Amino acid sequence: MKIQIKNGRLIDPKQGIDAVQDIYLAAGRIVGLGQAPADFHANRVIDATGLVVCPGLVDLSARLREPGFEYMATLESEMRAAAAGGITSLACPPDTDPPLDEPGLVEMLKFRAKSMPGPRVYPIGALTWKLKGERITEMAELHEAGCLAFSQADTPIVDTQVLMRAMEYAATFDFPVWLRPRDAHLIKDGVAHDGAVAARLGLPPIPVVSETIALASIILLMKATGARVHVCRLSSAAAIDMVRAAKAEGLPLTCDVNVHHLHLTELDVADFNPNCHLYPPFRSQRDRDAIRTALADGTIDAICSDHAPVDDDAKELPFQEAEPGATGVELLLPLTLRWARESGRSLSQAIDLITRKPAGILGIEAGQLGIGAPADLCLFDPEAWWQVTRKSLHSLGKNSPFLGLEMQGQARYTIIDGHIDFERNHTA
Amino acid sequence: MSPNIQLNEDGSLRHLLSLDGLPARILTQILDTAEGFLSVSEQEVKKVPLLRGKAIFNLFFEPSTRTRTTFEIAAKRLSADVVNLNISASSQSKGETLLDTVANLSAMHADMFVVRHSSAGAAHLIARNVAEHIRVINAGDGRHAHPTQGLLDMFTIRHYKGGFHNLRIAIVGDILHSRVARSQINALTTLGCPELRVVAPKTLLPHEVEGMGVHVYHRLEEGIEDVDVVMMLRLQNERMQGALLPSPQEYFKYWGLTPDKLKLAKPDAIVMHPGPMNRGVEIDSDVADGEQSVILPQVTYGIAVRMAVMSILAGN
Repeated sequence: MKIQIKNGRLIDPKQGIDAVQDIYLAAGRIVGLGQAPADFHANRVIDATGLVVCPGLVDLSARLREPGFEYMATLESEMRAAAAGGITSLACPPDTDPPLDEPGLVEMLKFRAKSMPGPRVYPIGALTWKLKGERITEMAELHEAGCLAFSQADTPIVDTQVLMRAMEYAATFDFPVWLRPRDAHLIKDGVAHDGAVAARLGLPPIPVVSETIALASIILLMKATGARVHVCRLSSAAAIDMVRAAKAEGLPLTCDVNVHHLHLTELDVADFNPNCHLYPPFRSQRDRDAIRTALADGTIDAICSDHAPVDDDAKELPFQEAEPGATGVELLLPLTLRWARESGRSLSQAIDLITRKPAGILGIEAGQLGIGAPADLCLFDPEAWWQVTRKSLHSLGKNSPFLGLEMQGQARYTIIDGHIDFERNHTA
Repeated sequence: MSPNIQLNEDGSLRHLLSLDGLPARILTQILDTAEGFLSVSEQEVKKVPLLRGKAIFNLFFEPSTRTRTTFEIAAKRLSADVVNLNISASSQSKGETLLDTVANLSAMHADMFVVRHSSAGAAHLIARNVAEHIRVINAGDGRHAHPTQGLLDMFTIRHYKGGFHNLRIAIVGDILHSRVARSQINALTTLGCPELRVVAPKTLLPHEVEGMGVHVYHRLEEGIEDVDVVMMLRLQNERMQGALLPSPQEYFKYWGLTPDKLKLAKPDAIVMHPGPMNRGVEIDSDVADGEQSVILPQVTYGIAVRMAVMSILAGN
């Protein structure tokens, strides 16, 4: 399949390109920019007038719910949803059932994902058996099976010695360790940011120190073990300050944030909307502003969807009983664009945070439009307005704090490995 | 911001879920209506026909005797048909969801649900999912709100003090876990109480509680100095040991209300308690049974206040 994409506004942060330029794809690779290669005869020409042509989005956390949670969503449905969101590569956390702690499970997931249309799937291996935080996994075997990094998903390791051993072992092979900073004792039954809204609504609180204490342990253990760490889903200004200091010290630390946290605060919880029950919780306006600033100055390296489709039965409950999480793969692009518009940042800077930078954290070739790179692209209309409704979402997870609201920016074509994987009807 | 689901389009009361966000005119309307119902309980025939033919379901997802009974009495004095459901022992244990339970009861032509639940926001969830004609009263949801208790406390204060505008009031005890305290704070700030204090050790206070319009005190002696009203809160036994408090003895020594400490308040100060009391833990028996205590009248007024709420919600 040879594709010519013409008249689009090509944006590639890696090469510093932002210009109307044609791009040529063949045999799953990018083979030409501006000028067609010799003897190029396109099987398909896409007129991208008015569209932005950028690298396919790379999402550092999308739960596909398989195996084990097929009643919430399926591999097929969520991969389709991700493609509809412009995502061409995604990392899935190991908190499936059973968790991704054996090479066979990882191979099976990769095999199943490959057999369906949709993004390239990169499973993140479990750091400990069954995610119990007691015994470390066979990381080298899991790596051979395809795991690029190791994580505990949402389940923290309570025993600090086990965490240290896990980081040491990972450092032996220079495998990155992805950790959510959360202190299990300080979270307990908490469901909302420990601030004025939780005080008023009587919701069990989650203090900021539950994040900073865990982060302090991670940073100190990095120094002790030499492990490379990616910190997942920062939520507070205090934690961002700690990351900034650790980076200034030269530690091999990267971090990301959930795209919802760029826009929402504790105030959005004020009417007990279970769709606003996420972990970490939406924090204060000051924290949200700190996240926005840290994205602009590069302290936060990437934005992810933290996609977590939840079935209605698990959401239609009183706020504190509802399962945390929100559907995200289809909102990653428009919510990132919204941050850029509101913060006065360029389109290129926004795209960088959801393409090149997460690809670098994951250590994959994607996230660029250089000649010879994989032909993974997203063509989106930056002006298109659309409404988030249960019907407009492809994901089986219909739970979003943004349900009913209008979004600007929508993927029109998603090209993976040189094939058009998703194409949106112009009137959709 | 979503609209206030407690109010109809014309600003009248549709559900009573919380006192947070309700205007003073609604609170005053309820208190004034309750005045009229006080005499019903003193008549030989303790009934008025205002809610005749209406079906009121008491949905108690967590155990309660006192609150359920007062709601039942209030409904019966209004001539409503009352059905008491102890849900924790029935449908929920069989796996039925909260909204399924509510849908089934709605199909039985309920007019009003009185809901008690262990999770904050449960009454809001139900109110958002019931048919247009059904009214919901929150009888306590987690740590969030207990609006009728807050209102009966306001009724008691107004009865003994004449109003709220010149009062200094202290709420003492476990503010962190107390739905009663949150409703009291909301009501008192709305009704114009100029100085509202909360008194507790730091382990029993929510962070940023000052944002609710209260002054924070950690020492009882300072917190109740020159106050007109002392509102004591119940301490649950499970909170008395471990990380929140070291022991009942130490709590009583530093935050228990004794006759000596009460002398620091104004001489005509009243002492309130939502019950049931832990004598010798948060309150000394001499205070609980003393001249300044209005704890038993609170219970009596609670029925009139609940009659008022039901009657207003039913459109009378």
